[in-house]
Amino acid sequence: MKEIVRLENISKCYVKDKYVIRDCSLSVYEGEFLTILGPSGCGKTTVLRMISGLEMVSGGKVFLDGEDVTEIDAVKRPVNTIFQNFALFPHMTIEDNVGYGLKMKKVPKNEIKRRVKEMLDLVQLSGYEKRKPSQLSGGEQQRVAIARGLINKPKVLLLDEPLSSLDLKLKKQMQLELKRLQKKLGITFIYVTHAQDEALTMSDRIIIFKDGKIEQEGKPKEIYHHPNSLFVADFIGDSNILNGTVIKKTEVFTVIRLVNDDYVRIKSKEFELGDKVSIVVRPEDIHIKRKDASNWLEAKVKDVIYNGNFTRVIAIYQNQEIKINTEVDEEYHKGDIIYLDLDENWVTLIRGDNL
Amino acid sequence: MKNNKLMKWATTWPVIIYSFLLIVLPLVYIFIISFFQSDSYGGMNVTFTLKNYLMLFDLVYIKVFLKSFLIGGLTTLICILIAYPFSLCLRRQSEKVQSLCMILVIIPFLTNSLIRTYGWIVLLRKEGVVNSFLKSIGLIEESISFMYNDFGIVVGLVYTLLPFMILPIYGAVSKLNNSVLEASRDLGANGIQTFFRVIVPETMSGVVSGILMVFIPAIGYFFISDILGGGKLMLIGNLIKNQFLTARNWPFGAATSIFLIIITLVLVKLYKKTGGNMDDLGGI
Repeated sequence: MKEIVRLENISKCYVKDKYVIRDCSLSVYEGEFLTILGPSGCGKTTVLRMISGLEMVSGGKVFLDGEDVTEIDAVKRPVNTIFQNFALFPHMTIEDNVGYGLKMKKVPKNEIKRRVKEMLDLVQLSGYEKRKPSQLSGGEQQRVAIARGLINKPKVLLLDEPLSSLDLKLKKQMQLELKRLQKKLGITFIYVTHAQDEALTMSDRIIIFKDGKIEQEGKPKEIYHHPNSLFVADFIGDSNILNGTVIKKTEVFTVIRLVNDDYVRIKSKEFELGDKVSIVVRPEDIHIKRKDASNWLEAKVKDVIYNGNFTRVIAIYQNQEIKINTEVDEEYHKGDIIYLDLDENWVTLIRGDNL
Repeated sequence: MKNNKLMKWATTWPVIIYSFLLIVLPLVYIFIISFFQSDSYGGMNVTFTLKNYLMLFDLVYIKVFLKSFLIGGLTTLICILIAYPFSLCLRRQSEKVQSLCMILVIIPFLTNSLIRTYGWIVLLRKEGVVNSFLKSIGLIEESISFMYNDFGIVVGLVYTLLPFMILPIYGAVSKLNNSVLEASRDLGANGIQTFFRVIVPETMSGVVSGILMVFIPAIGYFFISDILGGGKLMLIGNLIKNQFLTARNWPFGAATSIFLIIITLVLVKLYKKTGGNMDDLGGI
């Protein structure tokens, strides 16, 4: 795979010695949909702005398609950005908005006209040429912004939380739309968001960002099922975390003793006897049993929440809330005693420093 | 309910009476006498005539108008050229610096503009501060005439009217959305292209209201051209003042005033056409 963006040990500080980003290295490959995911204030937008050139790096190097662009301003970089608030030019028609980049490149007028039409067709806004941005709905404005970026055939399209101002239904629709456009055009997308569902739905690869550093990177499935830190486990999706100590190891399994002498058996070989570990398990990877058996955990139902396609049971195990997703047709009631079986295939162990 | 109504009457009527007596009546009076005939003793004959308006098309007066528009236009242009860079620089500063600078722009208003204009004499006259300084650093041998000419008038007008350009332009510029400017940069527009294609159209209403608030007073102010122009140059304002106070031809002075009002109304109309909001001008 061809490397289209390479960040080499980049850092950024606005005030001397106060780093927002420190020693961050990252490669993005051609045609990839990469999401940088992190809580607000983690520096993910700054990374995006340093790729676009709207912000200069304080240290390190930025390469675009093999070329060192560290010192080159945003005006000259072959990338485009979709801004959080769309940032359309309010006084221009949709046509002029979309054609702006080509006009700056002095492309002949009739070619601009043709390509603008093509682009508006692509984002399903034909016939909107002469309207002003203020006459469009949020979703339509969003599509104009995307068309305005894509028309320049950028090497990379940078998207800075582009869906955050849309309502939920539109958000879902635009997620699919973005993915469709990206697949169709084969342009590399770098997408910044704090919404983990967007990241999981759209991305080929996710980078989890925390405090200006990369915490974990991988395919959505890997990140979801095998978080390598409690931060990631907690940040992506719902998870239950149980602390314990490794007390036994076999060829395939590790046995962990939890706080109250319950035992859990997990498929893992990473840890040694006596290691303190945290067990991360997703709500859908816990099975509820009515009868006890060895290494099932006894818990009491605290709440049952109907959720449409599944039922969320909240149970108390050793003063800790455990979230479990079950089939809708199973009926549980508050106060029921249940037994929890952790799916040994989908449980992740993380070195625990919190015991 | 009744109390409320009384309150409304008590608060609105004084204003209505005030405006009627001091603004509407004098205007009506000016309008009426502009059709009267002046006699040679400074009085008026109550006869209907269009002579005063026809006189405006006399070559002498046309020259006055053209000169006024030239001086007013030049003043306005210089004000725009100062106000834009100032506002664009200022919007990038911290809020503290911004409000401090705007206070500095407004402070001169607290002093009478006539007195401030006299201040310029100290700076600009032959033995004034500027000439002495230029001589002392050896840049010039002979004093330069900075005043009693067009230059002096334009300096005085720009100085007095600049805040009226800065306020609306700064107001418009500070409302510019940062990401819109970044989007322009991101799409490959350099600073100059962004300025003319995005910043200017986006802040047009501020510019037009600045033009209104600078151009109209510039052609109407008489004391600046009296003081810094040495009374040699006649602008519309001087013309009106002279007709009323010196030549004592009130009907012609009235006709010239009506003409000035018409110019103002045309400019306001244009302003509204560009989408300007009358409230930004202090509500007319």
